[in-house]
Amino acid sequence: MLDVVIALLPAVICSFVFYGWREIMVMGVSVASCVLLEWAITKYMLKQPSTIGDLSAVITGILLALNLPYTTPWWVVVIGAVVAIGVAKMTFGGLGQNIWNPALVGRVFLLVSFPTYMTTWSAPQGLFGLDAVTSATPLGAVQEGLLQGATIQEIMSAGDYSYSKMLFANLGGSAGEFCVIFLLLGFVYLCIRKVIKPWITLSIFGTVALTSLIFWGIDPSRFTDPLFNLLSGGLVMGACFMATDYVTSPMSVKGGIIFGVGIGFLTMMIRYFGSYPEGMSFAILIMNSVVPLLNMWFKQKKFGRN
Amino acid sequence: MGGVHPHDNKISRECAIEQLPIAPSVFLSVAQHIGAPSVPCVAVGDKVKVGQVIAQPGGFVGAFIHSSVSGTVKSIAPRADLAGRASTHIEIAVEGDEWLEGIDTSNTLITTIPDDPKAIIDKIRLGGVVGLGGATFPTHVKLSPPPGSQCERVIINGCECEPYLTSDYRVLLEKGEEVVVGAALLQKAMGGVPCTIAIEENKPEAIAHINEVIAKLGYKDMEVMVMKMMYPQGGEKQLIDAVMHRQVGSGALPISVGAVVQNVGTALAVYDAVQKNKPIVDNTVTVTGQCFPKQANLLVRVGTPLQYIIDYLGGIPADAAKIISGGPMMGRAVANLQAATVKGTGALLFLTEAQTKRAPETNCIRCGKCADACPMGLEPFLLNKLSKNADWDACEANAAQDCIECGCCLYSCPAHIPLLDNIRVGKGFVLSAIRARAAAAKAAAEAAKK
Repeated sequence: MLDVVIALLPAVICSFVFYGWREIMVMGVSVASCVLLEWAITKYMLKQPSTIGDLSAVITGILLALNLPYTTPWWVVVIGAVVAIGVAKMTFGGLGQNIWNPALVGRVFLLVSFPTYMTTWSAPQGLFGLDAVTSATPLGAVQEGLLQGATIQEIMSAGDYSYSKMLFANLGGSAGEFCVIFLLLGFVYLCIRKVIKPWITLSIFGTVALTSLIFWGIDPSRFTDPLFNLLSGGLVMGACFMATDYVTSPMSVKGGIIFGVGIGFLTMMIRYFGSYPEGMSFAILIMNSVVPLLNMWFKQKKFGRN
Repeated sequence: MGGVHPHDNKISRECAIEQLPIAPSVFLSVAQHIGAPSVPCVAVGDKVKVGQVIAQPGGFVGAFIHSSVSGTVKSIAPRADLAGRASTHIEIAVEGDEWLEGIDTSNTLITTIPDDPKAIIDKIRLGGVVGLGGATFPTHVKLSPPPGSQCERVIINGCECEPYLTSDYRVLLEKGEEVVVGAALLQKAMGGVPCTIAIEENKPEAIAHINEVIAKLGYKDMEVMVMKMMYPQGGEKQLIDAVMHRQVGSGALPISVGAVVQNVGTALAVYDAVQKNKPIVDNTVTVTGQCFPKQANLLVRVGTPLQYIIDYLGGIPADAAKIISGGPMMGRAVANLQAATVKGTGALLFLTEAQTKRAPETNCIRCGKCADACPMGLEPFLLNKLSKNADWDACEANAAQDCIECGCCLYSCPAHIPLLDNIRVGKGFVLSAIRARAAAAKAAAEAAKK
């Protein structure tokens, strides 16, 4: 688990640098309330030995913070942590027993309950930066623009969403959406350390690229292009750190690939046709629910049996 | 499929095989092979010579036991074995070292292969040869395929994939000629089938040496196959899969896919039994461990008390916490130093407390590493749970009986769950249920006949 924390560090540091003190506050409140809550629940409700030493609550806290806008008020962060740890994790029996990714459940709960806080994005205000400028996320701008009848090309040139800007983290959104290059760095580290296997992540990337290639090929004025889709929203964040969570992903390679394909496809369907601009969280949670079935259907072949 | 890559720790690999002086008394168990225990055929007070039969096979699946020393039979009584379980042992007080007439104790290599396969197998049976790779299954039984099955290839298992163990490696280096002749004898016994000598890639000297020997002796249809380094490459089913690309089914024997697998040590024993009339009276034992001051590969007379071996090498080191008979992955903890070696004793391994201490168990996070590591394609996390819930039917449905107890699951578990310990319990219940069903079916069939 320590490896996952290490892998997340570049993105965390990047988010501090780009988003400043407010982001440090969000991160601090999120991690502290996740860990404290897990400790309190194991001690006073379950009356079991504490499990905070396994660092899984720390990871949930970091992931939750990276999934929130840096302008989120502290009490909203606390509510997110309560839902993530208290509801999504501990009610099922703690680490290893939960069906859905705790941080994502927390995030989606906040998204549905506090849409104003969750969708008020500001352009990054660095540690030593200038005033915050309220701006939409690229995906939000696309959704908004399309509703107003603009074409993708018009929206793109108006918002100045260059790929390098998206890759190197200086656009609005939650921290985890725009530290793409640092998230990928962490992903490579986890693969090298053999903590995760790349199948799930790669099949998500592949499916997103393929699906958007088809739609973009059909109508580039209505549908965004593959690279834009790979770099925007929480896609890299979700594919590298949320979908690969051991507990809520299938065990076999085959199951993992199907899981990834499902996430990629659902994400694109929600982005293109849904009422939310971003679909990664929903796609992962939906596929999380299917994991027990995937585990049952795609077992590895037993030796010497048919 | 599956497998893990522990550090091989072959720290005793450069230690040449050394003859251990004969102990003052040896204790020969009558139950040191798979199958029926042997029946003693000597009486207390009898004088015996080295190589003399002292116990007869107790059934077809059984083996002769020969005296490993010369002297007087002192007692025939129950005695605790390595694990502390009692079985009948024949105690012989050693007097000199007089061998039975007819046993060729010279080092002359005899390369002529007898013509009659039956005669070869009979000599193997009379030599008390059992599988020395650990299972100690009587070799002549393995060489007598049931009607309808046909051997297509003899595989000599020289993988020695367990960490620490080096006895097979030393035998390949120092007794390579004898092993190759033994392999040729096994080929002949099975009707002239091809033979593969499988050696893991971490033993390049042995691979080169055996290739040379095969070229020199000129036996036909015999080759060395270099195996990838992986634990458990030397598992019988895994080895057959790697060499022949055939998978032995659940509960089936290797012969069902046309394979006969014999360990390097067994091939040497076959050579001794057939060419030299020398039954199994000794075998090579690796004595090793980071905390053990003197690494050694010893030629030990069967029935030598462990304490005698350890004393010879300077006693138990102060920081040794556990002694294992066999390798670290599949070996069993030694509960009793008065216990005597058996034909299948391959190693004594000394581990420190740091090496043996298990980390506290935490929650399963469903990472699936155990399933990836399982060479049998099982789901250890699931079997663990089913076993703990005492759901034996579900254990059987999920193939707990196929577990080869290699320990890869336990080795790979990041939550330190004692997977194998729990699965072994389930496997035991499933196997006894399968046996009970088979017995009931047999009884019913016999009742129907009447």
